[in-house]
Amino acid sequence: MKMTKNFKNNLITYAIVIAAFIIVQILQSTGNLSSLFKGLLVPICVYVILAVSLNLVVGISGELSLGHAGFMCVGAFASAFFSKCTQQAIPADGLRFFLAILIGAAAAAVFGIVIGIPVLRLKGDYLAIVTLAFGEIIKNVINIFYIGKDSNGFHFSTKDQFSLGMEVDGTVILNGPQGITGVPKNSSFLVGVILILVTLFIVLNLIDSRDGRAIKAIRDNRIAAGSVGINITKYKLMAFTVSAALAGMAGALYSHNLATLQASKFNFNTSILALVFVVLGGIGNIRGSVIAAVVLTALPELLRGLADYRMLIYAIVLIAMMLFNWAPKALEWRERYLGRFFRKSAKEGK
Amino acid sequence: MKKFNKVVSAVMAAAMVAGALAVPASAEDTFKIGGIGPMTGAAAAYGNAVMNAAQIAVDEINEAGGVNGAMLEFNAQDDEHDAEKSVNAYNTLKDWGMQMLLGTVTSAPCIAVEAEAVNDNMFLLTPSGSAVDCITAGDNAFRVCFSDPDQGTASAKYIGENGLATKVAAIYDSSDVYSSGIYATFKAEAANQPFEIVAEEAFTADSKTDFTVQLQKAKDAGAELVYLPFYYNEASLVLTQAAAMDFSPIWFGVDGMDGILSVEGFDTSLAEGVMLLTPFSADAEDDLTKNFVAKYQELYNEVPNQFAADAYDGVYIIKAALEQAGATPDMDASTLCDALKVAMTEITVDGLTGAGMTWDASGEPTKSPKAVVIENGAYKGL
Amino acid sequence: MSFLSYLINGISLGSVYAIIALGYTMVYGIAKMLNFAHGDVIMVGGYAALTMMLNLHTNAFVAVLVAIVVCTVLGITIEAVAYRPLRNAASPLAVLITAIGVSYFLQNVVLLIFGSNPKNFQSVVPIPDLKLAGGTLMITGETIVTIVSCIVIMTALTTFINKTKAGQAMLAVSEDKGAAQLMGINVNGTIALTFAIGSGLAAVAGVLLCSSYPSLSPYTGSMPGIKAFVAAVFGGIGSIPGAMIGGILLGIIEILGKAYISSQLADAIVFAVLIIVLLVKPTGLLGKQIQEKV
Repeated sequence: MKMTKNFKNNLITYAIVIAAFIIVQILQSTGNLSSLFKGLLVPICVYVILAVSLNLVVGISGELSLGHAGFMCVGAFASAFFSKCTQQAIPADGLRFFLAILIGAAAAAVFGIVIGIPVLRLKGDYLAIVTLAFGEIIKNVINIFYIGKDSNGFHFSTKDQFSLGMEVDGTVILNGPQGITGVPKNSSFLVGVILILVTLFIVLNLIDSRDGRAIKAIRDNRIAAGSVGINITKYKLMAFTVSAALAGMAGALYSHNLATLQASKFNFNTSILALVFVVLGGIGNIRGSVIAAVVLTALPELLRGLADYRMLIYAIVLIAMMLFNWAPKALEWRERYLGRFFRKSAKEGK
Repeated sequence: MKKFNKVVSAVMAAAMVAGALAVPASAEDTFKIGGIGPMTGAAAAYGNAVMNAAQIAVDEINEAGGVNGAMLEFNAQDDEHDAEKSVNAYNTLKDWGMQMLLGTVTSAPCIAVEAEAVNDNMFLLTPSGSAVDCITAGDNAFRVCFSDPDQGTASAKYIGENGLATKVAAIYDSSDVYSSGIYATFKAEAANQPFEIVAEEAFTADSKTDFTVQLQKAKDAGAELVYLPFYYNEASLVLTQAAAMDFSPIWFGVDGMDGILSVEGFDTSLAEGVMLLTPFSADAEDDLTKNFVAKYQELYNEVPNQFAADAYDGVYIIKAALEQAGATPDMDASTLCDALKVAMTEITVDGLTGAGMTWDASGEPTKSPKAVVIENGAYKGL
Repeated sequence: MSFLSYLINGISLGSVYAIIALGYTMVYGIAKMLNFAHGDVIMVGGYAALTMMLNLHTNAFVAVLVAIVVCTVLGITIEAVAYRPLRNAASPLAVLITAIGVSYFLQNVVLLIFGSNPKNFQSVVPIPDLKLAGGTLMITGETIVTIVSCIVIMTALTTFINKTKAGQAMLAVSEDKGAAQLMGINVNGTIALTFAIGSGLAAVAGVLLCSSYPSLSPYTGSMPGIKAFVAAVFGGIGSIPGAMIGGILLGIIEILGKAYISSQLADAIVFAVLIIVLLVKPTGLLGKQIQEKV
């Protein structure tokens, strides 16, 4: 009985994404879509994937991660590097981008395992700060790498682009803090929506599986879960790695959307932004993450008319939404006055 | 909670659809110039300087009767110094009906926007995006300021040819495209010059308050000159901390150093003897500069820096190109771009940042950097 | 000799982190929330003092007092408006996100009022620099004042918490809010007092930060805020002496890492050391080991 309810719920989530896609396609084909909105489509997909992937760690596994942008960074750089290197070797855009996404996700997954093993020994805020530390380290380390390619193969340096010692035909691919420029623009809304559906499929199925129940059992009571024979390290690491891989996928989508990619983008603020999506949308609520990511990505752009007051209003709206969505008093008030319209939400809410 | 989110999202979706349905303003009787730069966030000081100065230039031109009989309209959008937001700002401006772009202010976002602008064949003139790649994606892009390699090479040559020092130390921001770009070319050119780099020390955006280690190393290495290719905000801290440790080499800065004398509350005696290559000095005695500085101070209560000067020139360059091309406001962005591309290579502009500026099809300006030294709290030409 | 000089520089930087971390850890220890807006309250304190000195020409002492008052009022207001309604929310993360909203809010308000151009801050410290070993080693007056303030604040806080009734109430609230309330403690008042003290300390930290590193912009507080958060965790979050030790160690590691390993990787080194320390001592240097009961 419960399974069917979950199943129905998941179907609604997929349906929302597909319906959004169809509506946008119709608007686009009838020429009713503004340039701003067209430009926002891919970033929205990126942040939806990022938010859903982080929700797997924060909501389902119950660990606070403040360094999620680090995994996105790894995925973005690995995939962009691959695309730049193979631009001649693999002329077919679709195939190359597909491989780039896989490589981005795989690279981020490797980092997820390597970082997850030490990190998951810690608890609570200490775990949070170590993820923050890893995120910052990734950003800092990528900033000192210089990689070039010429007829003799790859050249590598941590000093500057002139230490690469390349032949005249060489090109610098990764140029330290200046990052990678000229990544082919392969990302599109279609690819973004497909990746969202893939992400949702992976995450929703994981949650409803035997493994997912084990992960949630650890979240709810680590000691009790351990005492019934659940391998705590294994399941925590599983959630962390899957989440990292999905964030890497978001990174690949991001890096193939803009002509320039710098590690400085993936700082603490980006990690925090992802966390804001998750908490605002409801911790552990996957559909909520999707919606929150869409709303909060579009909001600052829709507020552009306010000119100088834009970011101030954004901050106020964020605080107000948090209070309205989370404060016990606000929930009570909503229950009392809006109960008629939200009858169902009271049952579903936490 | 889910229901609530649904309501919110429905409202948002409705708002978005309304925004999406807004038809771009059709061609009217004004030229629409868009501006993109950081107006909030850590780089906000640069973006705001550009937007303020561009608005002054636009108002001046309109008061004087406009361009080819048509008025100019300027719309500034914030990009928070972020490539992704910059593209959003660009698209917003397109919806507004932008015909040409003055921007973007900072390098990395400029590269991203230029990639979009090439596809639209939109004319782009960056006032201060100094990275080489800002204007290399297509022939639609031009630049007001010097490119990073220009500055790095010119600095090394100036130091070498004038025999300023034999031992040189450099401090640069390794997390910043502008600073690390200039430093890379400075170092390459230094190999050909009769001085030696005895210390090269970096800092990053996350630790740019304490420079004592970098200064100590430069001091221990016996540097006679320290090269500072970064912005005045950090430079003011470097000079303060060096003074505290009795380290007083020759300081050599680049155009980002301009503005150091106008940092509110800064003890300008610390900057005494600082040399910098800058195309603009707010103390210049010519009428153009005096007029601009007076207006800027009156309106914004600050001394304009080189970013402001680049933007002010940028608007006048657009004006000159529009006149040269005989453009009219009813032309669409792509037609205008084709006309302006040609016109840009034909015009010569005398501006705040150089006399007789010309451009070739690559988009790079031809003008000579001025070396100045700070004496008695003011610039003095060298 | 240069090592000693680096060490002194490290202590100078560390003392600034320490004084910020004291306020951070105070709020965390009692209210059990990460106040990400703490760095921005520091920035507001800096602007308050600057405005008094630059525009109203008061002396430094009055300016610092005004800054403390401004920040205390601000801290109490933020707590009452943005944090208190969420105290019993279903997840402690809710208030964390609201704190981020408050941080954006403060940055943008200051941006609108004071503009984006950085301001130079005149040091409020009247003591001259101390020169040792014939002038090759130097300790700035700001460093001396910062360290002395750190020690005074640390001692005062510890005494306050352990010896006074209000301090004991804070300890009780931090252990168990429900039980504390049953014992007749005014939980809301106690937490408001915690924020008042934490924010007052932020003002002092802001003035000292800007005296040592005299550049003030609306974003001045955010990076030192994060570093101080790291310092607080390093020392064992909630522990007042731990915050001070963590801050100073963090400064020393940052400077020595810059000096002897790589100036580009200084931040990465700081974080790497932090990770190693936490893996060895999972609750920081002086943190309490909490035994989980089944």
